[in-house]
Amino acid sequence: MNNKIQLYTVSVYTENNIGLLNRISAIFQRRHVNIESISSSESEIEGVSRWTILIYVIEEQMKKIIGQIEKQVEVIKAYYHLDEDTIYQESCLFKVKSNLLFEEGQIQNIIKESNARIITVNKEFFVLEKSGMKKEIEKLYEDLKPFGILQFVRAGRIAVTKEPMEISKTLKAIK
Amino acid sequence: MEVLEKNKVQTITGAEALIKCLLAEEVETIFGYPGGAIMPIYDALYGYKDRINHILVRHEQGATHSAQGYARISGKVGVVFATSGPGATNLITGIADAQIDSTPMVCITGQVASSLLGTDAFQETDVMGVSMPVTKWNIQITKAEEIPAAVAKAFYIARSGRPGPVVIDITKDAQFGKVDFEYSSCHQFRSYIPIPEVDQVCIRQAAELINAAKKPMILFGQGVILANAQNEFKSFVEKSGIPSAWTIMGLSALNNDHPLNVGMLGMHGNYGPNKMTNECDVLIAVGMRFDDRVTGDLSRYAKQAKVIHLELDPAEINKNVRADVAVLGDCKFTLPQITRLINEREHKDWLKQFKDLYQEEYDAVIRQELKPDDDKPISMGEVINMISDKTNGESVIVTDVGQHQMVAQRYYQFKRWRSNITSGGLGTMGFALPAAIGAKIGAPERQVIAVIGDGGFQMTIQELGTIYQSGVDVKILILNNEFLGMVRQWQEMFFDRRYSFTEMLNPDFQIISKGYHIPSNKVEKREELDDALDQFLNSKGSFLLEVMVGKENNVFPMVPSGASVSDIILK
Repeated sequence: MNNKIQLYTVSVYTENNIGLLNRISAIFQRRHVNIESISSSESEIEGVSRWTILIYVIEEQMKKIIGQIEKQVEVIKAYYHLDEDTIYQESCLFKVKSNLLFEEGQIQNIIKESNARIITVNKEFFVLEKSGMKKEIEKLYEDLKPFGILQFVRAGRIAVTKEPMEISKTLKAIK
Repeated sequence: MEVLEKNKVQTITGAEALIKCLLAEEVETIFGYPGGAIMPIYDALYGYKDRINHILVRHEQGATHSAQGYARISGKVGVVFATSGPGATNLITGIADAQIDSTPMVCITGQVASSLLGTDAFQETDVMGVSMPVTKWNIQITKAEEIPAAVAKAFYIARSGRPGPVVIDITKDAQFGKVDFEYSSCHQFRSYIPIPEVDQVCIRQAAELINAAKKPMILFGQGVILANAQNEFKSFVEKSGIPSAWTIMGLSALNNDHPLNVGMLGMHGNYGPNKMTNECDVLIAVGMRFDDRVTGDLSRYAKQAKVIHLELDPAEINKNVRADVAVLGDCKFTLPQITRLINEREHKDWLKQFKDLYQEEYDAVIRQELKPDDDKPISMGEVINMISDKTNGESVIVTDVGQHQMVAQRYYQFKRWRSNITSGGLGTMGFALPAAIGAKIGAPERQVIAVIGDGGFQMTIQELGTIYQSGVDVKILILNNEFLGMVRQWQEMFFDRRYSFTEMLNPDFQIISKGYHIPSNKVEKREELDDALDQFLNSKGSFLLEVMVGKENNVFPMVPSGASVSDIILK
């Protein structure tokens, strides 16, 4: 087993019930593991939520954590993956003053090069949306910073695996 | 008639629906304490007094420990009622204890009305949040119609798979609300697999390892008891001829006088099994979880051995000790499958090594503990040994936590299955007195003896009131050394005899007992002990016996904290 601390993407399929966020996050908190990012939404299966959680641990600890997550009675299945096993994205929003669009020609180039998308413009401000790797988002942030960013927010990573997930098979077996 | 009624839809209050659900789950006894937010439920209970026994405790913690004692002795689910806020938070210690010791329990707490949730209302606590880390499952109910399904699920979760505590938090308006009552018990839901599938390959691998072993050793835990697998386990032990040692939670799963029972594991366990853990070639762990009090330093634990782990909970596999073969499943079913494949064997020479080490321990520790010299104060061991003889090892022993606990585990010679009740994982002082009440109610035909230290007794001493009011027959033995003895022992050994706040100035326990109308006696001299124990054990109804024991006696052998099990010391 790999004894190096690595970034793992944990995917958890659960029932969509109140309080489950507490139960899942407590598993990390109790073991003094910091959650780098977390996101939750409906999954490809009706009524089943999917969580994407990023943590830095060694593989042995990762396996034990998976065991503890799956032990929760409302968790259907949990998996862990390294970056190379997943396709992942992060997304973010920037709010910037509109006058810069006209006064600072450079900004238009930055937007074009970064493949970011303007989702709204009004007299006061415009909002820029960018999806991609963390690095790309960080670069865009650095590029826009000198011009003044009114607001910035980034969502947690979401990821799908390259290999098929066995969750559907598991669910069929249960039914 | 009952069946017909069951299927007929009736419109009743949520509170009454709850009581009907409990009846449907065959609940006979509830341990509880009323309060504002659970009053509708208590009002409904009043109408069913002839069908459900309610034990009014003196503190909600007592209710949880009583429910634990009841569950441990009977194998049924213990049920607790408490009100919101402080009522609910007082349950937490007992819930945590039940969680770590896998005890099936359903706690029902009243909650403020749903319109008040989150407003810091009177006696409002976030019971879901507070109980979450110490429950197997918990749920908050805000509508009467949600009650039947939630109760059904709660009982199913509490008792199935690896058992554990469940909390159902019911808002007051849900208790008052109306529901068209229908009940069907829960037998499965998709996210929960209580018993993992058995892998036949692992069964075969386990049997092969056992057949090839020269120095095998079995460690058994509470899993054997929870699975009701005493017979299956005994057959496995006897056919394999393997020396078997127990964790304190596994004690009484195999009679102490069984020739292959080689004693207790862990920090204050027997010399032989601890030493031999680091000598054996195959270690077979059955229904135990390698707690740190059992293993000592993991990096020097059974490294030479192949490990076979029979376990119900997949999360326990490789958690502390790596298993070479993991046999997942209910040991009631996996044990016979392995037994079928193993050869009938004896391990005479290997077993003799255990017996030799026992003799060494006997000479160094046990003889003095059971029969101290006349000029020495009374020892805990001699009291337990006499009780063991006088009761022929057939009583239920409920222990608290500390020195007396270790001594009772070491020296009571259990001859009956499911007879040892103690706070193992959590080490909860104050556990024994209320747990003994529950144990007696769960097994009224058996004699229940609570063995408690002077410290722990005062943590839940108010439950004497429960004994008085309910008339439960519990024999209470206080082994009084006027110290928090185990902590004092550590201070003596590892903290340079700096007895920091461990000496107790105790009240007159006999006067307290008298206040609760419980007869009592106190023994200070050895020559009084024999008669006093007869009086204690033969009394009609509850009795409190206080025995003054050596103030600075220590429990040995001992695996010092952080040491390897094979570094166990005799003195």
